Formats: sequence, structure tokens, C-alpha cells
Amino acid sequence: MSEAPLFVRQGVAPDSVVIRGARVVDSVEGVDQVMDVRVDGGVIAELGERISAIGHREVDGAGLTLAPAFVDPHVHLRVPGREDEETVASGSAAAAAGGFCAILAMPNTDPVVDSAAVLGALVEQALNDAVIPVGFMASITKGLRGEELAELAELAATGAAAFTDDGRPVVSAGMLRRALQYAAVTGRRIALHEEEPTLSGKGQMHEGAVSAELGFTGWPSIGESVMIARDLAICAYEGTTVHIQHISAWESVAELRRWQELGVAATGEASPHHLVLTDEAVRSLDSNMKMNPPLRAERDRQALIEGLKDGTLSCVATDHAPHARHEKEAPFEEAPFGVTGLETAFAVLYTKLVLPGIIPLELLLERMCQGPALALGMAVPRIAVGAPANLVLLDLEARWQVTEAGFRSKSANSWLLGETLQGQPRLTIAVGRVAHDLGAVPA
Amino acid sequence: MAELHVMRDDQRPPGKPVRRHLLSIGDLDRDDVERLLATAQSFGKALEREVKKLPTLRGRTIINLFYESSTRTSSSFELAAKRLSADTMSIKSSGSSVDKGESLKDTALTLSAYDPDVIVIRHPQIGAPQLVTRFTDAHVVNAGDGKHQHPTQALLDLYTMQEELGRLEGLHVAIVGDVLHSRVARSNIQALIMVGASVTLVGPPSLMPRGIEAMGCEVTHDIAAIAHADVVYVLRMQKERMEAGSAFLPSLREYTAMWGVTPERLRPGQKVMHPGPMNRGVEIDARVADSSDSLVERQVRSGLVVRMAVLYDLLTHGPVAIPSAVQEVA
Repeated sequence: MSEAPLFVRQGVAPDSVVIRGARVVDSVEGVDQVMDVRVDGGVIAELGERISAIGHREVDGAGLTLAPAFVDPHVHLRVPGREDEETVASGSAAAAAGGFCAILAMPNTDPVVDSAAVLGALVEQALNDAVIPVGFMASITKGLRGEELAELAELAATGAAAFTDDGRPVVSAGMLRRALQYAAVTGRRIALHEEEPTLSGKGQMHEGAVSAELGFTGWPSIGESVMIARDLAICAYEGTTVHIQHISAWESVAELRRWQELGVAATGEASPHHLVLTDEAVRSLDSNMKMNPPLRAERDRQALIEGLKDGTLSCVATDHAPHARHEKEAPFEEAPFGVTGLETAFAVLYTKLVLPGIIPLELLLERMCQGPALALGMAVPRIAVGAPANLVLLDLEARWQVTEAGFRSKSANSWLLGETLQGQPRLTIAVGRVAHDLGAVPA
Repeated sequence: MAELHVMRDDQRPPGKPVRRHLLSIGDLDRDDVERLLATAQSFGKALEREVKKLPTLRGRTIINLFYESSTRTSSSFELAAKRLSADTMSIKSSGSSVDKGESLKDTALTLSAYDPDVIVIRHPQIGAPQLVTRFTDAHVVNAGDGKHQHPTQALLDLYTMQEELGRLEGLHVAIVGDVLHSRVARSNIQALIMVGASVTLVGPPSLMPRGIEAMGCEVTHDIAAIAHADVVYVLRMQKERMEAGSAFLPSLREYTAMWGVTPERLRPGQKVMHPGPMNRGVEIDARVADSSDSLVERQVRSGLVVRMAVLYDLLTHGPVAIPSAVQEVA
């Protein structure tokens, strides 16, 4: 497989900076110590104690944590078509504020990213507007209809980072098999939204005791897992692999683990909302609790956490899905699926999983960076001399409130509005450029 | 002329928060239910008088906003408001701005500009009444939202059972039919369990929501189970559920054969209820519907006094001395 191409605003000079006295953590490089890091012209030039600033800007990292910046394999930038909800500029700025140095955008736009013309225009936008590197996934099938393959080779040549019909499953097993076979010539990954439509139907939320009581049509967990079982069997037969998007059900984790043990090198991602919330949250009838796949039961949530810990799920993915206010200000069943997540992902997982001792910080950092980069074939951010600077400086003590006014995203359909979270990216450096900077920690 | 009988804030019993809306049976506790049923009973007595109108809510404005067709619920709310001397206005989705694509938010804002005291809403989507509460200062009463809740129906059913059987605690109620699509069933399960009755759901597995036992009821697929119940509550079979493609059941004929409530399946003296409108010959045999053990008409009568009680209770902030209100008229 070749490396997935990413695109960032051109004509911006790389930055030079020295970050002093932060706890530097890169579990892949085996680094965990308090030290200084110097970036010369966008490249990590020196690690050590009391290193010379050689005239660079100095950032006081005392009490802060410096880690490889995050990679998000699942973002909806809504372009083309819904520039009122998000753009390359606003979405990449939101990502930078969330500590990300790379994101992948989904192709379920209007028009769908299924042709070189549409993809080429997006690449152009990223070269003009992207604050951090952005990759664009193209669709597997034309119009996401699941009927004919998109021109995968031409899309790859135009800059597609990977392929997915996200938002919809590839319903036909035969079509998926063809796509897996053919994608081999592109050198890019296939990522799958797993949903058996005759089981998920018009489901509005997880099928279980809560949907029974509230009366919502249920979207059963097996609607996801039976499709994963089918698709991984096809992968095993074809000797290839896939990335499974936004896994929500315990049966799905078990299925992925089983096939990994049988030798299929498939990867999987979980979203912060599935790792933190359950279907109990839907009792509020708040349309910001409506996602696809839906919030599931506690058993499912525990299985996702277990999967994240044992590596069955190697990625956290936000599934950042901006929606216009008027569309979410509707009765639950009328409101669209999806919530935003780029600006809250680290903080909410730090607050809800790391602080209570459920997972260690190092694991969270790895699953938000190296895990997704490897799964989707992107360059792995690392803290090593000679590597491009992709760094996030985290204040793990900062407590902040999620408010509508606080978002860089053009949309505010967050499931965390009003919540106070702990942990905040203060500085993000992506491909050597300072992309997000809150300045010095207030005294 | 009688004064308005609105309880002032300083007359409210301490410690009890003001209940702003009635959106779900879950908004109520057992004391609330008992108070509402007692209030309804007082109104029932008042309605036996020759002059049926009470001055209690004179000058109040109640808007009925119906996004779904309804005969008994809309007429019952309208008459309840009129019996209490409130001004009422009924708006149906067809022929209104809703037809022109107006959002629920904008409709709520528009109607709220008239400063109504209560908005009664029926809507095909779950949570629509909750959404309306965000955009109005009026009290909101849920008259049915999708498959979710129909709290005044459950209250009128409790009232009917209490009047007819003299108690609620310890009653055994069998709810028969399409539970999956029924807001009436959900509200009734919640309400009956709250007042100490036991509930058995009876119906085809494909129309029984997975996990419904967690509400505290029993589930069976055997119609013979209704023999043990004090009350057999029959749900409406919605014909559209049997259309090709939805395939919840092979046919209505088979449903009737397996789960239809017939005289042969009932013991003498068992009471039978139905929220209406009935499909005679489908979920309920005509002989059962017309028998002396059928409480269907009683339910409609109860609907009026229970809805009077609900409106009264919301607009007077909780417990009030009903007899004095009645005396004013007498």
C-alpha cells in the first residue's frame, strides 16, 4: 500500500519554535520524559535538556504534555454542497483546535466525491484553505448507490486518500468483493460503513429496553455485526483487508477480533460518543444524541473500551458530523444523524476514560495518532529528530466548558454542550506550522 | 360572579416544584396521579348538575394543535376547556402554515405570540411536545407523540378502572395486541405499574418491542393468558402495519384467529377496554365491544373529566380545593 496523500494550504512558511520543559510522550518512539524540543523550519531538530533556542520563539511547556499530534480518520467536512455547515477552512481549524495534525474527509457530499472533477476541486480548496493537512476519501461506488464502481484508479491518481461509501453500506456482497479486488491496483485502503439495511431499517436508536420504552424504531446491534462478519469473510477469501468505520456493538468487536485472530489484518475505529455514552442518553430526546450508528447499551460501550485496550480497535475516530442548527432543532425522528466531535474528542476521552483510570493516557494518545495513521496508510506523526513537527501541547489540568460560541466549526451540534471537560490542546503544530495556539497558560 | 380560583404561589404546599407540563406519565408521581384522579372525580360530580359549565379557567386561553387526525382526544380537550370556561382555539396541520412547510419551532413561536396558557399538542413524532416547551411560556400537554406517550389516555384509563373496579392497587391488566406501535400501551404500562397494578402484555412476537419487560411487565404470546386478568385492554390493530413490505404479520385474518378478543376467550365479569377507534372483527369481536363488560364508552366520558382535571391542575399549580370551585357554581 502506498501512503495516503494529504493536502494543506500552500505558501505558508514553516515555524521555528522551542517548547521548554514539557513532559514529552511518544510511546511508539519510547519517549517519556521532561525535556525541551526544538523545531527548526518545521522539522524536529533537537530533543534534550536546556537546549539552545537559537533565537526561536520559546514556549513554556512546564506542567504540560507534548505528544505527537492526533490523526482523525473520519470527518465530514460537508464540502461540496453544505458550506453553511462546514468548509475545509472551518473544519481544519476545528481540527487544529482539537489537537489534530491530519484528518480524512468523507465523500458523502453533494455531489458525491466519486469523480476526478469533484475530487480535484476539493484538493484545490485544501491547497488554498486547509490549516492542517486534509485527505479526501472518495466513494467506492458511483453516487454511493452501491451499483457501479467509481473510477478508483483515476481517483487515486487525483489524490484520493482511501475509499468509502460512508453513510451507507455496500449492500451487495458481490459489489464489495469487486471493490476489494479492484482497489488493490490503487494502493489505497477501503473503509466500510457497516449496516445491513433490512435490519437497521428506519431505526432511530439502539434497539433495547430504552427504545422499547420511548417507542423509537430500533436499530439492532446485529444490523452492524452481521455485515462485518460478511465483509471480513470476503476479505479473508480475497486475502485483503479493510478498515471498519465507527464500530458500535459488542458483537461487532467480537467479530473483528475473531477475524483478526484468523489472520485478516482488518482495523477498526470507535467514536468518542460511543465510548462515553449509552442509549440511556436518548431519554433526553435531544437530537444531539442522534447518531448513526446509534448510541448502544452499556455492554456495547464496555466492549468498545475493551477493544480499544486490547488493540482490536486501533483508532479513535470522531465521525465529526456538522449539521445546521435548524435541522437539529426538530423532533428527534426528523433530525439528521450525527454530531460534531473534533474540538472535544481528546478532552472528553481524557475526562471520561483517562481520569477515572479506565485507560491510561499513553493508550489514548496512541489510539488518536499512530493507530489511525497506520490503519489508513498515513505518515505516522512522531517525536524524533529529523521528523516533521506534528505536535500537540496538552494542558491536562485545564477545565473548560463546551459552549456553542466556543467552536471553530461552523456547526454546534455537539453532544457535550454545557459540559465541563478537563484537558485542552494549547498548541498544535501540523507539518511544521503552528496551526492552533492559545498562548501561555493563564497564571 | 365567582372569582378565578387560581392558587397563588404562597398557597402551594411547600417542597413541591411547580409542574409546568404534562409530557409523559414519567413526569408524574403517584401522589400527582391520585390528586388528578380525585380532581377528575370532583368534576364528574359537577357535570351531573344541570348547568355543566364551571367558571374556573375563565380568561385563560388553550390552544389545541393537532398534527394528526383525532376525534376523541381533540374533541375531549376542546370540551374540557369549554366546560372550564377557557377560550379555546383548535389548529389542525392541514390547511395551516404547516402545509406550507413551517417548522414546529416556528409554529410554536407564532402561537406563543398570543400568550396562550396551555398548548395541547398531538404530533406524529416522538418528542415534539418537548421541543415545543423550548419555544413557549405556555404549559404544554402531550396529546400523543408518535409511538412514545399519550399520558391523558393513561390517566383516563386509570380513572375508568378505579371508578368501575373500585381500586387500582393489585389490579391485573392484560394489554393485548400491537404494543410495538402503541403510545397508549407505553403510557398505560408506566401508569399502571406506578399505581401498583400488574401488567401482562399479550401479542405476536413481531409486534412486541424487544426489552419491554424492563418496564416491569410480563410478556406472553399466548392469548389464553388474558383469562387471569381483571381488565383486558385491547389495542387498535393498525391496518397500515400489515401492508406489503412492513410484514409484521402474515395477515389480519391470522392475527384475529390468534389474538382477537372474543367472548370465548373471556371469563364472565372481566372488563374490556379499548382506546378507540375500534376495528370490530379484527382485534375485538363485536359481541365483546357491545357487551355490558365493555368500558369503551365509559373511557370516553372519563376522558372529558380527566382532561378537565389536567388543565385545571396545570393552571392552578397543583392541589386545590375542588369542592369550593364546584360550590361557586352551585
